[in-house]
Parts: sequence; C-alpha cells; structure tokens
Amino acid sequence: MAEATVDNLSKHPRTGNPVSRFVFTYVFATDHKIIGLQFLFSSMIWFFVGGFLALAVRWQLAWPWSDMPIFGHLLFADTGGQMSPNFYTMLFTMHASIMIFFVIIPILAGGFGNYLIPLMIGAEDMAFPRVNMMSYWFMWPAFGFIILSFFLPEYGPAAGWTSYPPLSVLNGGAQTLWLMAMVCVGISSMLGAINYLTTIIQMRAPGMTMFRLPMTIWGMFITAIMQAFALPVLTAALLMQLSDRILFTGFFLPENVSINNGVAASGGGQALLWQHLFWFYSHPAVYIMILPAMGMVSDIVSCFSRKPLFGYRPMVYSITAIAGLGFIVWGHHMFISGMNHTLAMSFMVSTMLIALPSGVKVFNWIGTLWGGKLHLTTPMLFCIGFVSMFVIGGLSGIVMSAPPVDIVVHDTYYIVAHLHYVLFASSVLGVFGALYFWFPKMFGRMMNEPLGKIHFLLTFIFLNGTFFPMHFLSRMPRRVADPYIYDGLKDLLPLNQFMTICAFAMGAAQIIFLLNFFGSLWFGPKAGRNPWNSNTLEWTVPSPPPHGNFEVQPIVRRGPYEYSHPDVEEDFCPQTKNDV
Amino acid sequence: MGRFWSILFFLVPILAIATLVMANFGIAPLETARLPRSFSMAGDTIDQLFNGIHLLSALILSGTVLSLGWALWKFDHRRNDNPKARYFTHNTRLEIVWTIIPAFILVFLAFFQMKSWSENKMDRPTLTVNGQSVPVPPIVMVKAKRFGWEFHYAGDDGIVDTQDDIYIENQLVLPVGEDIVLQLESRDVIHSFYVPELRLKQDIVPGMTQFAWFHSREAGDIEIMCTELCGWGHYIMKADLKLVDRSTYDLWLAEQKSPYTPEFKSNPEVAAAENARYTESDARLERSAQAGNDLAENSIE
Ligand code: HEM
Ligand SMILES: [Cu+2]
Ligand SMILES: [Cu+2]
Repeated sequence: MAEATVDNLSKHPRTGNPVSRFVFTYVFATDHKIIGLQFLFSSMIWFFVGGFLALAVRWQLAWPWSDMPIFGHLLFADTGGQMSPNFYTMLFTMHASIMIFFVIIPILAGGFGNYLIPLMIGAEDMAFPRVNMMSYWFMWPAFGFIILSFFLPEYGPAAGWTSYPPLSVLNGGAQTLWLMAMVCVGISSMLGAINYLTTIIQMRAPGMTMFRLPMTIWGMFITAIMQAFALPVLTAALLMQLSDRILFTGFFLPENVSINNGVAASGGGQALLWQHLFWFYSHPAVYIMILPAMGMVSDIVSCFSRKPLFGYRPMVYSITAIAGLGFIVWGHHMFISGMNHTLAMSFMVSTMLIALPSGVKVFNWIGTLWGGKLHLTTPMLFCIGFVSMFVIGGLSGIVMSAPPVDIVVHDTYYIVAHLHYVLFASSVLGVFGALYFWFPKMFGRMMNEPLGKIHFLLTFIFLNGTFFPMHFLSRMPRRVADPYIYDGLKDLLPLNQFMTICAFAMGAAQIIFLLNFFGSLWFGPKAGRNPWNSNTLEWTVPSPPPHGNFEVQPIVRRGPYEYSHPDVEEDFCPQTKNDV
Repeated sequence: MGRFWSILFFLVPILAIATLVMANFGIAPLETARLPRSFSMAGDTIDQLFNGIHLLSALILSGTVLSLGWALWKFDHRRNDNPKARYFTHNTRLEIVWTIIPAFILVFLAFFQMKSWSENKMDRPTLTVNGQSVPVPPIVMVKAKRFGWEFHYAGDDGIVDTQDDIYIENQLVLPVGEDIVLQLESRDVIHSFYVPELRLKQDIVPGMTQFAWFHSREAGDIEIMCTELCGWGHYIMKADLKLVDRSTYDLWLAEQKSPYTPEFKSNPEVAAAENARYTESDARLERSAQAGNDLAENSIE
C-alpha cells in the first residue's frame, strides 16, 4: 500500500485529508486485498463471539442450571446466574449460525478467496471491484440484524440453524431478523461468486491455463459455481419463510397447527418443503465450507513436502465430482424426516458415491507426502491435522449415510461429532494452516514458529478430547438443554464434564494464537517475497503486494507444483521462471 | 521433531480405536457411553450394521492415518538423506485402484443395508384376516405437542382416533412379543419419537400421519425422547414407556378410564417462568395469525 501507482491515484480520489484517505483505502476499499482482509478480520471477531456461545452451551451440559461464570450474573441476576432454557436454545442456534454464515463461509470464500484469486492467477484485481466492495458491505446489515436480535426479549433467534418451520414461523421476532440477516449473507456470497467466476475465467495471466491453476483456485472456482447455483434456492426459501411470518402466507404451515390450544396458522402448506429447499442449499453449503480449505491444504502440503501434488488432475476431477454429487444428496439429512422412505434409498446411494472423491483426495494427499522432504512448519502441521481429521469426519459420514444406522444416530450427538470433525477439525484447521502460510504475504512479517506449534498441539489434542467422545453418544439427543432429565442419560454427566473441560482448554489455546497473530503483526521478523520457496504467482511480488499486484505482467510457463524437479538446481521452480 | 509429530498422528487411530472398543465392550471409564442393549431383532440388525461399518471405518482410519504418520516419521527433511524429494506426479493405475475398491465396498454396503431399512420403515407388519393379509392396525395414536406426549389408545372399537379412545399423557404402556404399530401425529410443530432401546426414531410432522412399528422381545421401563427441536421446552418432552407382557397390558388398559395428569419433571420455577413468557408471545402470534386469516377471508369475498 506504500507504493502509489498511477492506477492507485486514478481509482481513488485523493484528498490531502488523512482521515478521508484512510476511509477510502480501508473502508470503501475496492482493492481485492483490502476487501479480503476486511472479511478476514470480521470473521475472526465473529469466530470469538461464536466460540463464547459454544462454551456457554458446553457449560450448561456439564453443570446444568448452575451459575454461569462471569456472564451468568450479568444476564440472569434474578435466578442467581442460572440460564433459562430459551437462552440455551438461542445459544446453540446462534453458535451454529454465526460459525457457518459469519465465520467459515466468509473467511474462506470472502477472505482467502478475495485475497488469493487475483494474486494466484496473475491479475491486477477482481473483475468487478465495486461489486466486490458491495459483497463485503452486504455483510454489515447481516451483522446489524444479528446483533439487534440479541436484544429482543427472547434473547435471540432460537429455532436452530436449520430453522425448521412451523417452529421457526411461530417463534418470536428475532427469527425475522435472523431471516433478513441470512438473506444479506446470501446476497454477499452471490455477488462474490459471480465475481470469482468471471475473474477466474477471464483474467488469468498469459500461459495460465485452467490446468495450471493451483488447487486453491480450483477450490474457490468450484465453490463459486456451487454458490451461484445453490444460493438462489436458499434465498427463495428464506423469503418464503419471511412471508409466512410477516405476510401470513402458508408455504410451510400445514392446516390446523395449534399453539396453546388455539389455531395459529393460515395453513395449506407443507412443513417438509422447507427442509428440501434448505438442504438443497445447505448440503452444497457444507462443501462450500470445505472445498476452498481442501484447495489451500493441497498447495501447502505440496510446498512443504517439496514435491509435486500427487495426482493433480484426479484432485481437480474429484472436487468437481464432489460439487456435482453435492447437489443430489440433500435427502441424507431427511432420512427420518417423514420423507418418502423409498426415496431414502436413492439418496443413500448418491451419498455413498460422494465418499469416493473424498477418499481420492485423502489418498492423494498421502501420496504427496510420500517420498518428500517434509518441512514440518506450523502451516504444514495444521494441514496434516486437517487430512487426518477429515478422514474421521468422512468415515462418520459414511456411517450416517446408511439409513438404518441413521435411524439411531440422527439428531443425536453423533451428528454433532461428525459435523465438528468436518467443520472444526478440518475446515478450521485448514483456515489456521492457510493463515500461518499466507500471513507473511498479507502483512510482510513472519509468525512465530514455536508459538504456532504449541497452538497446533493444544488445539489438536483438545479438539479431539472435545469432539471424539461425542461419537459414543448416539443416545443423547442434540439441542437438549438438560439431558439429565432422562434417567437413561444421567450417567453421561462425567463424560460431558470431560468434554467441557477440553472445550475450555481449546478455547484458552486460542489466546496463544491471538498473541502470535498480533505480536507478529508488529514485531515479527520481516518476510521477503518468497519465504517458503513456493512456486505460485503470489510469491513473486513484494510482501505485502502493492495496489495492482504485479510490477510486470507475469507470463506463466508451467504448473504450480514443480518442486524438486530433477532438471532444476533448486528444489522449486516458480511458475514464471523462464530459464529452464 | 518429525518423530514427535508422527507419534502424535499415530495416536489418532490408536486412541480412536481404543476408545471405541472401550465404549462398545463396556470397559471403564467408558462403560456407560454406549447405546443401551437393543430390545428387538430389527434393532440387533441395526447394531450389526453400525458395528460393522465402524469396524470397516476403524480399518480405513488406521490404514490412512498410520501411513500419514509413517510418512512424517520417514520423510522428515532432517532424516531424509536425499538432497531432494523424489519427483513423481501421478499414477493413474493407483488412482483407479483406490477408486474402484472403495466403490465396490460401498456398493456392497448400500445393497446390504436395504433390507434392514425396508424392515424398519417400508414394510409395515401384516396380519392375516380371513386368509387375506392386511396391515397391522395402530394400537395407539401418538399426538406430540409442545411439550409432552398424548397417547390415544383404541377403545372398544379397536380403532384409534375415535370417540371412545382412551387418553393418557406422557406414559405409554405396550405389550411385548408382538408387532406394535404406532400412528404418529403432531398438534403443532415438528417433533421426533425416539426410543434408543428399540432403535426406533421417526420425525412427527404436523399435517402428516405416519406409522412406526417395532417388535420388542423384552419387557422393561424405558424412555421416549423428543429428538427434534420444538421450542424452549424441548428438553422436558419425555415420556415413560413400559413394555409389559400381554396379560399385564390388558389388565392395565382396562383400568385406564380416568384422565391422567401430566407432571413436568423439570425445574419447576424455570418452567413456570418460561411458560408465562411464552404464553404471552404465543398469544401475540395467534392474534397476528388470526389477523392474517381474516385478511385472507376478506380477500376471498
Ligand atoms: C464423506 C463425505 C460426507 C458424507 C458421506 C456425509 C454424510 C452426512 C450425513 C448422512 C448427514 C446427516 C446426518 C443426520 O442428520 O442424520 C450429515 C450431516 C452433516 N454433515 Fe456431512 N457428510 C460428509 C461430509 C461432510 C463435510 C465435508 C461437511 C462440512 C464441511 C459436512 C457437514 C455436515 C453437517 C454440518 C451436518 C449436520 C447438519 C445438521 O443437521 O445440523 N459433512 N453428513
Ligand atoms: Cu449433507
Ligand atoms: Cu422436541
């Protein structure tokens, strides 16, 4: 940002006033890097909000109805710090909504997508910088609605992140705010998706063929396609639910629904319709939440193995297959829902098929490590952690995709185990890996290695302590404020306390990350252009890259994975290098 | 350091499998963590599938994560004497192998489990009446509502949902050793009927009538759980299920003439406070929904 290029001057009306300069560079930014960082920082803030909500959930499960530390007395002075059941319902609803819609999707697609796409394909910016700015600004109304909803008398939206009607239609006003927030997030993602697709198709540097794109870009590309196709459906469904709530339509409300013995709804609709529409988006969405991470992990693993990514084309084909199949498996969330039971069989088959490309990816990552010269840096450790944890998440996916088994595990803690292995233990570890890896590019300084390794070790141990035991709890329903009401569940209290202690320890371990992140931002050793000896284009420009990214038009001469090529002296060979 | 990290990753499958075994075979400290013993044949089949797929998963987990750990052990740059990594980019044959073999396993699994699914969810048990096989009629209609369960037993006419139904709340008594069919309906939002011992779960969707069935071989006192979020009181939505032999059941049913008063077993103060709050906001919703109805009616005229 220090270098002022001609481009820079022409795009931003510069006044001498430093305040308005700051506003134009950082607030109304059209530079993809700044927008990427905006997404990154807002997601990080929400990550900690969502984390606190999760700890409150865990607190209740371990020490039900007891005085919540610190917050209990602030919020529930009249009950002596004891949370109410509706507060608990709000907690897990908002934990999931925030983590999914405000953290993982925006940090992957919005944060890393924005930052990396132009740099890695050799473009000076996104195709539509203003659309890009709008995409970030649509997050803010969503933030506003959600923050506002916390102040309503029912404490906040409380119908689960899946918001199944009729409950969601009958709940209090916070649900309306939730719906409006989700519409805004959806618009933000759609604007982002069109932009990424156009940029990747149209603005690749000369020589950058589709099959020379790094996997990160492939992940973002396929993700953008999924968003572009799935989000309109979610948006429509959200608007339908919204109109059920405020215009008294009855898309999702059947005849004769009664609340407190009075007929409460207009009727004529179908409660299951919402589930079909919602999962038609939200199953692709779970892949939206992992494909970019898979792409970044592929690049990082290859770089620190000093070895080409094993099976680049199968890796590309497998994410494409995951995306395609991802649209025809939504019914696996509905085996027990009352959907036609014969239909379950076809969804079972498609769901099992989707495990194949997921398996191919894991095998190829191991193939990449095999015979390499591994440098176990912090980003590499997080990525290997990702691979090992994704195996567990994928396998539990296969267990649940068997409908007879799903009879037992559906809507119990087994599901909670699965989704945290794929979303936390995979996606979030991948995000940490990517942050440690691209931090030097983003901020021009290195992060501290020993602290990073301790952060990895503690996170890895405690996440398994928190989530692995949930695999045993297929008799404990999820979303239950006090499981010990059931005589059959009373003996699970010690196990739940163990998981809660691990969760608090995991939360505490993130303090190390914060110290490292902010410490390195100001005091980290200066990073050169290419601290990791990596091949891709973003490492050929200064760290941080100037506005406009490339000093000269990069010409791409080879794929991104030419590490340790026998004909090259060094063990890497940047994509633009021309003398071999 | 490479060794340290590879040991960490070796521990993943080792601990995963050790804890699964402990939970499954009831070894301390995880002796209570498993599913309760199954009460039905259909449940046993589900357990076999569950355990079988977990066994397979354990093998795959060990295979992949142990080779991952081994790669860290062997190829750490400090221990790897080669000046450079080995350069190879792909192996089509290997890709085909590791796609086809899992594909076969999965296709096998897919077909293998279909029978259990149709037993549990598609083929409702039948009886033979006058040489014709007819579906077993429901013995009780379950009406789920926020936050409790109504059970409507068929009265003298043997048909549920009629005037002479016997109405009981939050307690279900059923005979063992025969095919039991339940009719499931909801009064308000979606609920779900879950009995872990019977390996029986079915969401109950308002506006739909559904049937669930089981055949328990064991008597016992167990619990019915609600497994679909239905509001703040989701957690108190439990009912007792008594499985008894036929004669005890007949005796019991004959006694059930007086209405049964439900009792909430939650923290009474919290429940009362929450209830007050919700009655208020529900009433508001009812009013607004009523306004909607009026609107609709007016527009028709
Ligand atoms: C091998 C691939 C996978 C398979 C076969 C699979 C299968 C399933 C099935 C069958 C369910 C429904 C369980 C139920 O509710 O009864 C489920 C739930 C879920 N899966 Fe996966 N899954 C896979 C990968 C993933 C990935 C990669 C993610 C996310 C990154 C993910 C996220 C989720 C989430 C969030 C839920 C729970 C949704 C909810 O009810 O709240 N899954 N998965
Ligand atoms: Cu899914
Ligand atoms: Cu419920």
